[in-house]
Amino acid sequence: MPVEEIKGQKIWQRRSGRESLAHWVMWLIGVAVFAYCWQQISASTTWFFVWDAPRIADDIWTRATPPRWEYITQLGKPIWDTLNIATLGTIFSLILAVPVAFLAAHNTTPSRFFIRPIALLIIVSTRSINSLIWALLLIAIIGPGVFAGVIAIAIRSIGFCAKLLYEAIEEIDQTQVEAITATGASRWQVMAYGIVPQILPAFAGIAVFRWDINIRESTVLGLVGAGGIGLQLSSSLNVLAWPQVSLILLVILAAVVISEWVSAKVRGAII
Amino acid sequence: MLRLEKLVKTYKTGDQALKAVELNVPEGQVLALIGPSGAGKSTLIRCINRLVEPTSGRIYLGDVELTGLSQGNLRRERRRMGMIFQEYALVERLSVMENVLSGRLGYVGFWRSFLRRFPQKDVDEAFRLLDRVGLAHMADKRADELSGGQRQRVGICRALIQNPALLLVDEPTASLDPKTSRQIMRLICELCKERGLAAIINIHDVALAQMFVQRVIGLRFGAVEFDGPPDGLTPDVLTTIYGEEDWEATIAPVDEDEVEAAE
Repeated sequence: MPVEEIKGQKIWQRRSGRESLAHWVMWLIGVAVFAYCWQQISASTTWFFVWDAPRIADDIWTRATPPRWEYITQLGKPIWDTLNIATLGTIFSLILAVPVAFLAAHNTTPSRFFIRPIALLIIVSTRSINSLIWALLLIAIIGPGVFAGVIAIAIRSIGFCAKLLYEAIEEIDQTQVEAITATGASRWQVMAYGIVPQILPAFAGIAVFRWDINIRESTVLGLVGAGGIGLQLSSSLNVLAWPQVSLILLVILAAVVISEWVSAKVRGAII
Repeated sequence: MLRLEKLVKTYKTGDQALKAVELNVPEGQVLALIGPSGAGKSTLIRCINRLVEPTSGRIYLGDVELTGLSQGNLRRERRRMGMIFQEYALVERLSVMENVLSGRLGYVGFWRSFLRRFPQKDVDEAFRLLDRVGLAHMADKRADELSGGQRQRVGICRALIQNPALLLVDEPTASLDPKTSRQIMRLICELCKERGLAAIINIHDVALAQMFVQRVIGLRFGAVEFDGPPDGLTPDVLTTIYGEEDWEATIAPVDEDEVEAAE
């Protein structure tokens, strides 16, 4: 402890002399590393493009405005596809996530040392891979189109939904489960009467929350050919049709705003 | 009718909650289990219907040994033991009717119970019980809309609709005000008398226990320290159960009046 006694007076400092020296050395090393990295990045940057950026951005802005409004007639179907990918994907993922969540929760898993780790592995692995990468994989397996998008969204969402749901299961009031068990109910009856009513609000909340996220995720799936409005976006970008790109971005924005509004309403109604 | 032989429960942490408890409860007897917190009262009650697995010893309900039963047979025997909880333990988001009918789960198959298609005689019995405890008009309310006393009445109905031979009652009044506590205790004891049920009631309130039961068991550190009639609870006895304290105010004053009258 950095307390010294000088002439009967106790002096307190935050750090002892040795500690503050170590601190200074650490800072010095940190600054040196930062300066070195800065130099490296600077050397490999083509500064011409960076200085040029505002001019290019301005150029794209003038080309992209005004949006090509008549193009909207061709966007109805793709945005509908996008909504369907998000909705169907969410439903499939929920169907798969419920059993995984029950297997993963401490208080409902049939085996803590064997089945629970498997369920947790499913949760981690599906969560850690982005839906765009799932879509790339699935297009290679089942071919391009909306179906690949639905499955990509479904797989990507399992981990998210199952994780939140199993946390809700672990937080239930155990005495209600005890009371149902004490009546002589079977294992499934205990689940239906003791556990399900307690996690139903959490389940509904998770479902709309994930649906909301999936609408945003499914707008980009078309970039890799998995259907939806992203397909239009990537083809418009490829032919440098900037007025179409700006219209697509506006449509996506509108869809996301509407989905936010719907899920906020639903969540408000449940809680 | 209920017999405990050398019942021992040692928790994984090494705490010995019950030390070779011997107990015999005849048909139709209502007994109170008193003792300080941590004496093993809740453990004892939960060992009987094996919500807590006893470490050793035997439990007989009638002729059936509960301690050796398989899961399936245990479920069948649990139907004969109704349980009432301290914090009511109703399923909060289900209706009063669903909570009462959940007492029949041991008799009804999964799909019937899942689809809430209980036999009509169960529904009739549920209405009769709700009427008996004065909650017939509440059948459709959600459990979390009720007051504490009302919830405990629903808990009583859920236990009774099992058609049990024994009630296990865990601190029924600990979350209730004094007046409601008396009403609930009176209701439990009346219902036990009507139906000839035996009951084990965990209770902290010694005076309340003395008022209603025929027999008192005092538990201390997982061992039976007292077993006798309610008026056998003298200050000395309470000191052996709970430790040193001035007990004169705790014991029901009714007893003193009776003593004076006898003199």
